[in-house]
Amino acid sequence: MLADKDRIFTNLYGHHDWRLAGARARGDWDGTKEILAMGPDWIIDEMKKSGLRGRGGAGFPTGLKWSFMPKTESERPHYLVVNADEGEPGTCKDRDMLRFDPHKLIEGCLIASFAMRAHACYIYVRGEYYNEASNLQAAIDEAYAAGLIGDNACGSGWKFDLYLHRGAGSYICGEETALIESLEGRKGQPRLKPPFPAGVGLYGCPTTVNNVESIAVAPTILRRGASWFSSFGRPNNTGTKVFCISGHVNNPCNVEESMSIPLKELIEKHAGGVRGGWDNLLAIIPGGASVPVLPKSICDTVLMDFDALRDVKSGLGTAAVMVMDKSTDIVASIARLSAFYKHESCGQCTPCREGTGWMARVMKRMVKGEATLDEINQLEAVTYQVEGHTICALGDAAAWPIQGLIRHFRPELERRINAYRDAKTRAKAA
Amino acid sequence: MPKLTIDGRQVEVPANTTIIQAAEVAGVEIPRFCYHERLSIAGNCRMCLVEVEKSPKPVASCAMPVGEGMVVHTRSAKANKAREGVMEFLLINHPLDCPICDQGGECDLQDQAMAYGGDRSRYQENKRAVKDKNMGPLVSTIMTRCIHCTRCVRFATEVAGVPELGATGRGEDMEITSYLEKSLSSELSANVVDLCPVGALTSKPYAFNARPWELRKTESIDVLDALGSSIRIDTRGRDVLRVMPRLNESINEEWLGDKSRHAIDGLRYQRLDRPYIRGANGKLQEASWADAFNAIARRVVGLNGSRIAAIAGDLVDCESMFALKQLMISLGSPNLDCRQDGAALDPSVRASYLFNSTIAGIEEADAILIVGCNPRKEAPVLNARIRKRYLKGGLSISVIGENVDLTYPYHYVGATPDLIANCKPPEGSKKPMLILGQAALARPDGAAILEAARRVAEQTGTIKDGWNGFNVLHTAAARVGGLDLGFVPVADGKDTLGILNGATKGEVEVVYLLGADEIDTSRLGKAFVIYQGHHGDRGAHRADVILPGAAYTEKSGTYVNTEGRAQVAARASFPPGEAKEDWAIIRALSEALSKTLPFDSLDQVRAAMRKATPSLGALDTITKAEWKPFGTAGTISATPFKFSISNYYMTDPISRASPTMAKCTEQFAMGATPRTGTDG
Repeated sequence: MLADKDRIFTNLYGHHDWRLAGARARGDWDGTKEILAMGPDWIIDEMKKSGLRGRGGAGFPTGLKWSFMPKTESERPHYLVVNADEGEPGTCKDRDMLRFDPHKLIEGCLIASFAMRAHACYIYVRGEYYNEASNLQAAIDEAYAAGLIGDNACGSGWKFDLYLHRGAGSYICGEETALIESLEGRKGQPRLKPPFPAGVGLYGCPTTVNNVESIAVAPTILRRGASWFSSFGRPNNTGTKVFCISGHVNNPCNVEESMSIPLKELIEKHAGGVRGGWDNLLAIIPGGASVPVLPKSICDTVLMDFDALRDVKSGLGTAAVMVMDKSTDIVASIARLSAFYKHESCGQCTPCREGTGWMARVMKRMVKGEATLDEINQLEAVTYQVEGHTICALGDAAAWPIQGLIRHFRPELERRINAYRDAKTRAKAA
Repeated sequence: MPKLTIDGRQVEVPANTTIIQAAEVAGVEIPRFCYHERLSIAGNCRMCLVEVEKSPKPVASCAMPVGEGMVVHTRSAKANKAREGVMEFLLINHPLDCPICDQGGECDLQDQAMAYGGDRSRYQENKRAVKDKNMGPLVSTIMTRCIHCTRCVRFATEVAGVPELGATGRGEDMEITSYLEKSLSSELSANVVDLCPVGALTSKPYAFNARPWELRKTESIDVLDALGSSIRIDTRGRDVLRVMPRLNESINEEWLGDKSRHAIDGLRYQRLDRPYIRGANGKLQEASWADAFNAIARRVVGLNGSRIAAIAGDLVDCESMFALKQLMISLGSPNLDCRQDGAALDPSVRASYLFNSTIAGIEEADAILIVGCNPRKEAPVLNARIRKRYLKGGLSISVIGENVDLTYPYHYVGATPDLIANCKPPEGSKKPMLILGQAALARPDGAAILEAARRVAEQTGTIKDGWNGFNVLHTAAARVGGLDLGFVPVADGKDTLGILNGATKGEVEVVYLLGADEIDTSRLGKAFVIYQGHHGDRGAHRADVILPGAAYTEKSGTYVNTEGRAQVAARASFPPGEAKEDWAIIRALSEALSKTLPFDSLDQVRAAMRKATPSLGALDTITKAEWKPFGTAGTISATPFKFSISNYYMTDPISRASPTMAKCTEQFAMGATPRTGTDG
């Protein structure tokens, strides 16, 4: 279990002052100038050594991503964009960072922008996060007033401006290129890649989009050293991570833990265990709505990190652990997710636009069992027809939960179909 | 230049080429819906997915730049499976209404479904239905068929420059619509019909008229503006059912103005299908050809040539102008003019009346000064070319004339012609261009403006070795041809204004109007008016004898476009009733006047014409015109320019007779006054 001294987010529960004075007391903004004085290359190198992988879901190494930005400034300015459009169902970690620890994020923005030679950073906050955006704006104002950011950020001589932008409530705007489109004032639709944002991003300029958590942990990593951060978790899956545990547990919570902690330990230690005991567990979605569900047999032993979950054909995603006990209607749960993806598909490209609606409709029938046994295979085929054929990852996200359901709960689907058919035959006979 | 392998074929293409373009070089066709070479890349239909080695997922070939050593498979099992999947998705919500769809037979979705579609549907849910949108009198919408390729959206935004189309809603509720469901306010709007790969946007006037395989297709030239756009005329029997653009990189690329495309239903109305003679009661009465010729002979034979005059109209082919000119010469008349708007065009210097830089040359220009010209209305396809150049960046545009929306931003200099003398292209412009419109020339001080424009052009580096940016934009298809073959006053003969003045005063007793409808017929006084043309328009109303001729779709004729490019329009159908081809009418009349012209067939007229004016025989080529002084120095008045076209949709006898153009006029030109419950 992660020791308190090794926690990065020391005000995750909002027990303390979130304003600048409180943040300073917790160590934020300590020696920022000295960190900046080490230079961009040192910062990026430390980030690479720390092994930090992006906390927004895809798990791309953060230091590597920063290194893709052009090394010198041209007439096109560089931008850092922070993705605070936390829309993945089950995920609520960024929210607590925004409202309880906003200065960690602001300090991270400065350091990351400096490392990528960006003088401006935009934080794109999910529209529903009204109070969070208010706190963040207040913290930004404090930082400006204290000279921590602005024309001469922290006395480093670096000009740095930070802007907060509130989204309008679309899930797809959490996709990095759709977020850029939305930030530019257009309809939130993902862009084609290539070109990647590091070459052509916001307003056509080099841009890096990072998750809130990836940016907020950066100052602490640089203060305490890459080796400290990489001492947690398994190789390639290092560091600490905020897990969001929700669903049928006794104590749903956000908790910062070491990567690669066993799933069972995570739930038993921090969430008070599964409602009715571990044996009452039916399944867990380990990384937010878009990753495939895992049955209890796998949950017993699996570790919570990128590689371990990938090996069991699921994913760490945003580390939003959704626990379902045996009272859950698993088919209805996944059908609800399918309805969500149908609603949130941007409609730009064919497989997702047409496929999400098709899948959602079949799933709706599957809940009642109003289908044929062949349709299970057909549904699975449709998910593979969507996966990997779309512009962005929303198509994959819509396909994976259904694939997980069919992989692990096919007997349940078959049982419902047979029951529905039998009930109908009986009704006819009567 | 990266080398790559596509389906086993090695190709070397420039960097930044996409796979789909490289495949075209390699001779491999990749199916597509959203990709269009003249529009930005959307990459949304996903039909063009191909397998690229070392790439875990299939790749959208329209959007992926080529890389060195890339190995692409377009027909592998993986690529085919991806396409079949996409095709199934496209079809699940596409209605099965091909039998009643106008796109049937020329539908990309239909064709590609034959290659990649399944033989049965696995989709058991209800299909989506989408409410149709109002897109005006030209574009019919059946939005349930839409596959959301966004070609129309990109065309409107990028080419037409009217960002009025877009998508509302999300996911499968996404709908393509115009802003507030208004018609697209563009003179190029009907091109979205050609771009639509399915039957969502079809031609409203052509709706349910014909199937493509019933039509006879004739490749010809458009004459409703002065560009000479390449068109294809589709006919069934005698009827011209539709006109489509043909690919011509030097003129219209693949676009066509709405008037050129949709005025053709005017060919069925107000036609002159038999000769008429104005009787003693002052009413026009049906007559035979012989009677009509006799009536003319009675007035013309023995009359002094100086009392006879001829004016040629805007849609006339060179052959008939040539024949009429020969007839006038043999009658001893020096009074002939093809500039019925009275424009001060100088026929002696060819460079003074041509679009010298050529239309494609617009793409090389880096500064454009537009004087007395509204290219958006006078030549919408050319205007799209200017916009295309503007989008590339590094172009400064200045306008002297009315301050109107040209679909691109420009520096507005003012409305009066005296401002031209002070106009300079920005420092460092290498290829400045000056576009002079008819509004600048068709006014009393036109010759002085022409002279001033020449001086400005010479002083600003618009004329130099390898570049002539002095451009006159014409509005009439017949004009350059008429000037080329010299359908202008001989020696001190009268020009259009002189003819009208002479007719008012009684000095001119016979006026021959060859399709001339844009003159002030009230000024023809007591003159005996012969009208030869195809529509009962202004000229015919005033005529004493009407000789029914053929419209541009009904004869083979030479036209010279505003660049000086001679092209031959082909005959797609036949003139109605007793109407005849125009050169033949003049030939027959010459016999009745005992001045028989020396040709008996179209080939002979053409040969004689080309002998007299060799440039008319150099088809589809541009001969650089020699630069010589032209124009007459004089005082330029401060009267503001007034554009020559106020209503794009009605500029000539054909479009004035067209019900479709009348609807467009009502919608776009009359001002959009909303109808209330009481006025219908």
